[in-house]
Amino acid sequence: MTLLTIAIDWAFVIEKILLISAVLGVSLLIAMYETYGERKVAAWIQDRRGPNRAGPFGILQPLADGGKLFFKEEIIPATANRFLFILGPSIAMLAACLTSAVIPWGDVLTIAGRQISLQVADVNIGVLWIIAVLGMGVYGIMIGGWASNNKFSLLAACRGASQVISYELPMGLALIALFMISGSLSLKDIVEQQRDGVWFVLLQPLGFLIFLICAFAECNRTPFDLPEAENELNGGYHLEYSSMKLGFYLFAEYINMFISSALMATLYFGGYSFPFMDSLGLSPNMVTILGIIALFLKTFIFIFFFMWVRWTIPRFRYDQLMKLGWNVLIPLALLNMLVTGAVILYRQG
Amino acid sequence: MGIQQIIFIVLSAIAIAAALGVILSRNPVNSVLCMITCFVAIAGHYIMLNAQFLFVVHLIVYTGAIMVLFLFVLMMMNLNAEIEPQKRNWLKYAGAISGGALLLVLVAALRDASMPAIQSTSTEIGLVANLGKTLFTSYVVPFELSSVLFLSAMVGAVVIGKK
Repeated sequence: MTLLTIAIDWAFVIEKILLISAVLGVSLLIAMYETYGERKVAAWIQDRRGPNRAGPFGILQPLADGGKLFFKEEIIPATANRFLFILGPSIAMLAACLTSAVIPWGDVLTIAGRQISLQVADVNIGVLWIIAVLGMGVYGIMIGGWASNNKFSLLAACRGASQVISYELPMGLALIALFMISGSLSLKDIVEQQRDGVWFVLLQPLGFLIFLICAFAECNRTPFDLPEAENELNGGYHLEYSSMKLGFYLFAEYINMFISSALMATLYFGGYSFPFMDSLGLSPNMVTILGIIALFLKTFIFIFFFMWVRWTIPRFRYDQLMKLGWNVLIPLALLNMLVTGAVILYRQG
Repeated sequence: MGIQQIIFIVLSAIAIAAALGVILSRNPVNSVLCMITCFVAIAGHYIMLNAQFLFVVHLIVYTGAIMVLFLFVLMMMNLNAEIEPQKRNWLKYAGAISGGALLLVLVAALRDASMPAIQSTSTEIGLVANLGKTLFTSYVVPFELSSVLFLSAMVGAVVIGKK
């Protein structure tokens, strides 16, 4: 029997593995410090001090919280479906991590003559992939809520699923108007076009607003955090969860928030491009590194916005949420699409 | 053996195992989950054919939307193997016979069919731009007609829902 000869470009594989590990590591690190940031922002808004015991300014607080979650007793309810009970938080985490693959974190780095693109996969369906993974994220909530065998969890799971599906529609319609301008679905192309022209938020203000509202709903953040409304559902779909499985659900929410912020920065605010980036006269590698910093700055501004809204605006009622999605956002998104199409046609003709 | 072949074999194995799981598992929720796995594996085959748009639409429509509705209904009804009504024996025999007949017809039809080998060079037709151009030039009339069909289905659903 002959040995299997497998033709693989090892340098390429190693490059991609390193890039994926870096992106995952950074996502997890940022999600960790988002929990700290959220508590500090909440404290600032409510005129308190926030966590300040673990380390200077309390910056070791996320480690302490993580350690606590790991060492807590794990309880799986006797009537729960064990396999699905564990599968739920795993899927939530997986879906949260998958989206980062198509976001361009920076331009090209040249190391030892090798061009390294700081994007895991430059596929020409980039944005659609994100919508597809958002759809997968529903399963995490639904499976977890159902497997707990608890009526509150099940109610929350239904709420979560219908909310995510309802808000995917206006989000997709808002994106269609964006694609009509960009003429491409690849996130890299979209960023490169904003690098030469203007940021798309100036061309699509209504589209951006719709996308922003839908991002809040997709992340289950206040004012749309009905799946975990504690005063009606005792904590929602993760009611029966304890220890690190609960931690996974909470962590997935923070990763989602980070990815949504990065996505908004990429689609509407120029991604890794920043004003005058090509006229500074710096070396390409330097510009790339500055670009990464610019993208992260924009992302952090959006993350702050997420937190600001959470501690300012009260929760919607469920029928208000559905009415907003179906009766307001979808007609607005359709109108936005029509106007965009008319303007493009007028400028061409 | 190239890496493509290995991926193909792995994906096919997952798809077949998941498809068997759909019909063999006793819990309907597990069946739906197996079906989702099967769809994801088939989506992987689309990527192997460089049909990126088809891949992502398959994921959005089938795994993201339709299977969620299936799961929704099953979870609300909370079906179990214990409370499921037992089917009558003659129904089982009828099912087996008609299924076997279908298999016979399929085998007879496909016995002499020649399978053209898939080109190893990658085709570009599955990419969004090429697919869009083809749909809106060569096939524009059927494409627009099918969209009218979808619209009428949507209006019908709303009318039924309002009753």
